[in-house]
Amino acid sequence: MPILEIQNLTHTYGIGTPFQRSAVEDVSFSVEKGEFLGIIGHTGSGKSTLIQHLNGLLKPTSGQILLEGRDIWAEPKKIRNIRFQVGLVFQYPEYQLFEETVYKDISFGPKNQGKAGEELDHAVREAARLVGLRDEHLEKSPFELSGGQKRRVALAGVLAMEPKVLVLDEPTAGLDPAGRENLMANIREYHRHKNATIILVSHSMDEIAQNVDRILVLKSAHILMGGTPAEVFTRVEELLSAGLDVPQVTRVALALRDRGLPIDSAVYTVEALERQLLALKRGGGPC
Amino acid sequence: MSNMIQTESLRFAYPADEGQKPVYALRGVDLEIEKGSFVVILGHNGSGKSTLAKTFNAVLLPAGGKVYVEGMDTLDQDLLLAIRQRVGMVFQNPDNQIVANVVEEDVAFAPENLGVPTEEIRRRVDGALKAVGMDEFVTHAPHLLSGGQKQRIAIAGVIAMEPACVVLDEATAMLDPIGRREVLATIHRLNQEKGITVILITHHMNEAENADRVVVMNDGRVDLDGTPEEVFSQVARLRHLGLTVPDTVDLLDRLRQKGWDVPLDALRAEDCAAAVAGALEKK
Amino acid sequence: MLKDITLGQYFPGNTAAHKLDPRTKILLVVLYITALFTAKSFLAYGLMALVLAVCVRVSKVGLRALVKGLKPVLFIIVFTGVLNLFFTPGEGILWAWGPLHITSSGLRNAAFMVLRIMLLIMGTFLLTYTTSPISLTDGLERLLNGLKRFHVPVHELTMIMSIALRFIPTLIEETDKIMSAQKARGADFESGNLMEKAKALVPILVPLFISAFRRADELATAMECRCYHGGEGRTKLHVLKYGRRDYTALALGVLVLAGVIAMRAFGR
Repeated sequence: MPILEIQNLTHTYGIGTPFQRSAVEDVSFSVEKGEFLGIIGHTGSGKSTLIQHLNGLLKPTSGQILLEGRDIWAEPKKIRNIRFQVGLVFQYPEYQLFEETVYKDISFGPKNQGKAGEELDHAVREAARLVGLRDEHLEKSPFELSGGQKRRVALAGVLAMEPKVLVLDEPTAGLDPAGRENLMANIREYHRHKNATIILVSHSMDEIAQNVDRILVLKSAHILMGGTPAEVFTRVEELLSAGLDVPQVTRVALALRDRGLPIDSAVYTVEALERQLLALKRGGGPC
Repeated sequence: MSNMIQTESLRFAYPADEGQKPVYALRGVDLEIEKGSFVVILGHNGSGKSTLAKTFNAVLLPAGGKVYVEGMDTLDQDLLLAIRQRVGMVFQNPDNQIVANVVEEDVAFAPENLGVPTEEIRRRVDGALKAVGMDEFVTHAPHLLSGGQKQRIAIAGVIAMEPACVVLDEATAMLDPIGRREVLATIHRLNQEKGITVILITHHMNEAENADRVVVMNDGRVDLDGTPEEVFSQVARLRHLGLTVPDTVDLLDRLRQKGWDVPLDALRAEDCAAAVAGALEKK
Repeated sequence: MLKDITLGQYFPGNTAAHKLDPRTKILLVVLYITALFTAKSFLAYGLMALVLAVCVRVSKVGLRALVKGLKPVLFIIVFTGVLNLFFTPGEGILWAWGPLHITSSGLRNAAFMVLRIMLLIMGTFLLTYTTSPISLTDGLERLLNGLKRFHVPVHELTMIMSIALRFIPTLIEETDKIMSAQKARGADFESGNLMEKAKALVPILVPLFISAFRRADELATAMECRCYHGGEGRTKLHVLKYGRRDYTALALGVLVLAGVIAMRAFGR
């Protein structure tokens, strides 16, 4: 059974007004336990609306979201419980920090959840460790930290709720290359060690290409395509028409194919292309 | 060859807490930026690149050394307005630099401050909006536009001062790929068609591809300086500085280590493919 | 839900109402409000409603947008209505229960009060809907110009006002975002007593204030970079000029007020 199942989800804003508009229309997909799923789509494609349904911040106009087989809106009064099970980290999450110390801020979520005492302490420290914050950071004010560290605190604040599914909206936006790489490394490690289910929304094709098992491409409220990175990144024309990019490596591979070289264009990492080229050279080249 | 901006052993420190030594964000920068050029300044967070940018139009004043804008010393208080009119600044967050609720009023803000006559303001506003491709949006409300559009309005607001130079301080950092492309296309056009000097501060390596010159900052100093090809072939150095290299250069670097005869300076995908194909044929 | 607040919103347009000089519009609103408070009969209120209807028609602002503007003050309207309905003393009690009673004058008062508030709000909203905040503050600055002689910082005050208006939509959007982010961490804004509810606001207010200060700081730098140095020597993209349209509109406004005063004088 998939951990999360979205069935014919539609969300319409401003029903009955001249501004009526469906941000998500008849979208269905499922996420398996332990999967690392990537969602791409340009601004306005419906991805933010979509992910806010996964933890019940928005209510579907029609359709259902099943978490471990149960409709999350079966008991609307208990929707808060869903938010602890599907952790959602918004874009620029550092702007939600408010407590005097990092420790207190991280414990906001688990406290709301009802954790206390040793259980709470353990959850907070474990979450801080997962995102690479050291003990000495915990007693500092979050506002003294650097931008990258603030973001880690915000991420830890969600991880401390020990969600079954983690949804990340542009987690590396605005960070410098080293900051981006470090944060993604933390996220990858969390995925590996906890066998966590992760949904990553990103504009960066390279980031998606390097991390996820499967990609969903959204375009104007619908799913344009879905599949493994190799499957998705070969459909260059469609991606470009959806206002998206393909990884730079894929562009190189395509240019090589155009030159008549037998390169598999479903390649999206530097390592893979390098391997292909080395094999090609050993094999005596195309001529 | 005349300089748009020139710095001489420029130093700058942010005010420190009491009892603490000031930390220098800039520790001796000598840089000459030629008129009409397109310069990209790279560096990781805290390398001093944004601080440097803010000294270019006297938002920050040197604590040591000098900054000259078209020969004008930024320390000279009487030249403040003249300097700011010559060097326009666009910042990271589009929402925090738009002053007015209507596009045309926002673009008119700087010329109004400069006391430009009304008919001339009208001409400049229309011209600036056309230059950034936003002339359809004259009477729109800026907060309803996309990030890339807002940033183009901010650029128009600067262009309306008729500056000789535009500095973009991480102005693409908060944009999605479409917005980023819009802004880059706009500033390249301004550089080519109007001869405006562009200084682009960024940590997106691929935005440096089409620049005339790339300057890499580290620890308050200029670390690398040259054409994009020259700078990006310093793969090891860039990595050491906490920066990445474009995937094209990464690929060529790996192949070279395997003994391939490929250049390191083929940045664009097409050039990279040509270099790789060439090396395969040679064999 | 916060997006329902339409205060300070401007709907760009090209109608006669949009083209009027902002000073004219401000003066007209003053006349309109004076007339509203002078009105004491259904006939007079009818006239005012008619005036508003004509203005709405001319401005092409949808009635829906105006009615939406009433939403946030619905409570005040209902409260005033109920208060007047039950607590107006007078003859001709129609219904009574304990201290509560409805009199015919109570009925009348309640109707007048509700009408007055609704007309007042819709009328002033029409002003902000059809006038960009910049030209609104521009008009205000010009109308209050005389006060500069008494060292009142008119330019600075109106600049503050226009920036505040400019940032209302941005801060509303930001509040929505922060609320969603805290809800995603299990924050509960709905349940609990008044004290708990107030405490629940801390996780929203702290980030909101920090962000507002950051924005103010960045905006100040951006304004300086665009050569802002106070009101001295500033020119304008739109120079305010009274035209024939403005004189006509003002004359009509005065006429309506005179009409309402006459109705009151003659007890109609």
